[in-house]
Amino acid sequence: MGLEINQLTHHEGSGSSRIASENGRLSFRQKLRFAGFVLILFVAVPILLGRSPYYITVLTNAAILSFISLGVWITFSIGRMNLAQGAFALVGGYAVAILATRYGVSFWLCLPLSGLISAALGALIGWPVLRLKGVYFAMTTLSLTEAIRLLALNGGDITKGATGIVNIPRPGAIGLFGLTIVPEFNGADPLPFYFLACALLVLGLVAVWRLSTSRLGWVFRSLRQNEDLATSIGINVAKYRVIAFGACCFMGGIGGAFFAAFHQNIYPATYTISDSVNFMLYCFLGGLSYIFGPVVGAFLLVIAFELLHAVQDYQALIYGILMIVCMLWLPNGILSLGTRHDGKGKYGGR
Amino acid sequence: MAILDIQGITKRFGGLTAVNNVSFSVEKGAILSVIGPNGAGKSTLFKLISSFLPPTSGRVNYNGHTITGLAPHEVARRGVVRTFQETTIFKEMTALQNVIVAHQLRCRATSLGIYFSSAAARADEERFHNNATEILDYLGLSTVKHMLARNLPHGHLRALGIAVAMAAEPKVLLLDEPFSGMNIEETDAAVKLVQGIRDRGVTIVLVEHDMSAVMRISDKIVVLNFGTKIAEGTPTEVKRDEAVIGAYLGEADEEVGH
Repeated sequence: MGLEINQLTHHEGSGSSRIASENGRLSFRQKLRFAGFVLILFVAVPILLGRSPYYITVLTNAAILSFISLGVWITFSIGRMNLAQGAFALVGGYAVAILATRYGVSFWLCLPLSGLISAALGALIGWPVLRLKGVYFAMTTLSLTEAIRLLALNGGDITKGATGIVNIPRPGAIGLFGLTIVPEFNGADPLPFYFLACALLVLGLVAVWRLSTSRLGWVFRSLRQNEDLATSIGINVAKYRVIAFGACCFMGGIGGAFFAAFHQNIYPATYTISDSVNFMLYCFLGGLSYIFGPVVGAFLLVIAFELLHAVQDYQALIYGILMIVCMLWLPNGILSLGTRHDGKGKYGGR
Repeated sequence: MAILDIQGITKRFGGLTAVNNVSFSVEKGAILSVIGPNGAGKSTLFKLISSFLPPTSGRVNYNGHTITGLAPHEVARRGVVRTFQETTIFKEMTALQNVIVAHQLRCRATSLGIYFSSAAARADEERFHNNATEILDYLGLSTVKHMLARNLPHGHLRALGIAVAMAAEPKVLLLDEPFSGMNIEETDAAVKLVQGIRDRGVTIVLVEHDMSAVMRISDKIVVLNFGTKIAEGTPTEVKRDEAVIGAYLGEADEEVGH
């Protein structure tokens, strides 16, 4: 299709637009930047920080938090502010916990399954809830985060209530024809988890980029910009809203499953409303019109707060202030600093 | 043969009857205008036909099939496409992108096919791009096709609204006040445009205030007042109708109300 590709790098404020044949193709510079990002993740970081489990753990967290936030970014692309992602991460976490501890299902099967379970639940809940817009949708999804937490807390023998599910087995080895492709994950070294997190993040970025630059992405954008008009030209608005929300929940579920295996436990309080808000904040901070937005936001905040141990007690306060600052002065996010400012928030007024 | 047949359609909002038992039919290839004073129920009638609102009673038949009760996107899929009163457009897309996206219901590829860029999806995009370019050329928008819609001047936006609707390949095009806010030259151009679309085989139903344009363009006019149809006929018939004159000049309100 020929539409403008602005997601991976910048959005041209006005005027230029590329046409059809270039759809979904990256410029050389974009490819180079992405390759650089991948190299840093997979080569530079392990070489420089591989001996420090602490830093590797921090970066692992940042990578998966980015991955989960990418899901929230998808719901932003249909014009919905989603505060339920914590709920779906919790669902994914419990899915892997229950499947692995009770039924002995391998982590490698649990991971996609927990994504699918979250997506199915998301589609079911999303169908009616996605009719709501603006602040009503945000509030409903906010309470959904709380509702799922309470559900986990009162889940009886299935979720084991407040004690949570502990001793979730780590991912096992993957072998093919007697060859070990992925060795068993052990407790001492977080590096395998780090590599898995980075692999998920890169896959997630490619998948979301593909979604966003395909016709589906343009249909999503049309929903954000005017649902009535989209309906009038025959777009089944309800269907595409659910597809977007389902994709978001899928990523939330996968991320939740990863953390459950990483920490080997899951509790009802593992994801609360503040986590849901943070996922959204990462998107805002990085920039809603950039696929890399949530990644930039998540890495920046996660790393910053690990480095600033002293202020961690004030995390909620600082995040709150940051959100206000961001909306007032940087409505298009940090990544928009690299672009000509056109004076208007791309998502302004919603 | 009537392509659109509205049978006794009524819409009540609480105690207010916005549209009261209105019936008329639209011949294939005709231009039919619905006129009436402010608040006569024209816009509501429009939403009822395009299924954006469910009627309290009555129904709309399209090509002999009832379309009342279908979801609005289903009605569009069948070929009854509406435009909007104001400049309703995808503002953050270029003109060309607006029209390309509007081809959605012509997609042959599945959602998965689109995602993985199957051969069908690529063929779709090629077709949509060419078709969109042609529509924009036809509507005189080719020079602004790479401009963001929100930067377009008013007159172009109206045309773009029609371009978006045309992309859905309507059999019946419902135009909501296509001439409002236009000066004489702009109206002349728009009248020609609408006639041109009709000549391409699209049946047109329009809601309009601008009497002179309506009188020139319409094959048939339906006049509403307080939600009730008070007259129907050719422009000359309607012009001579006493109930219509009364409604427009504000006289004899009591009689009309009965």
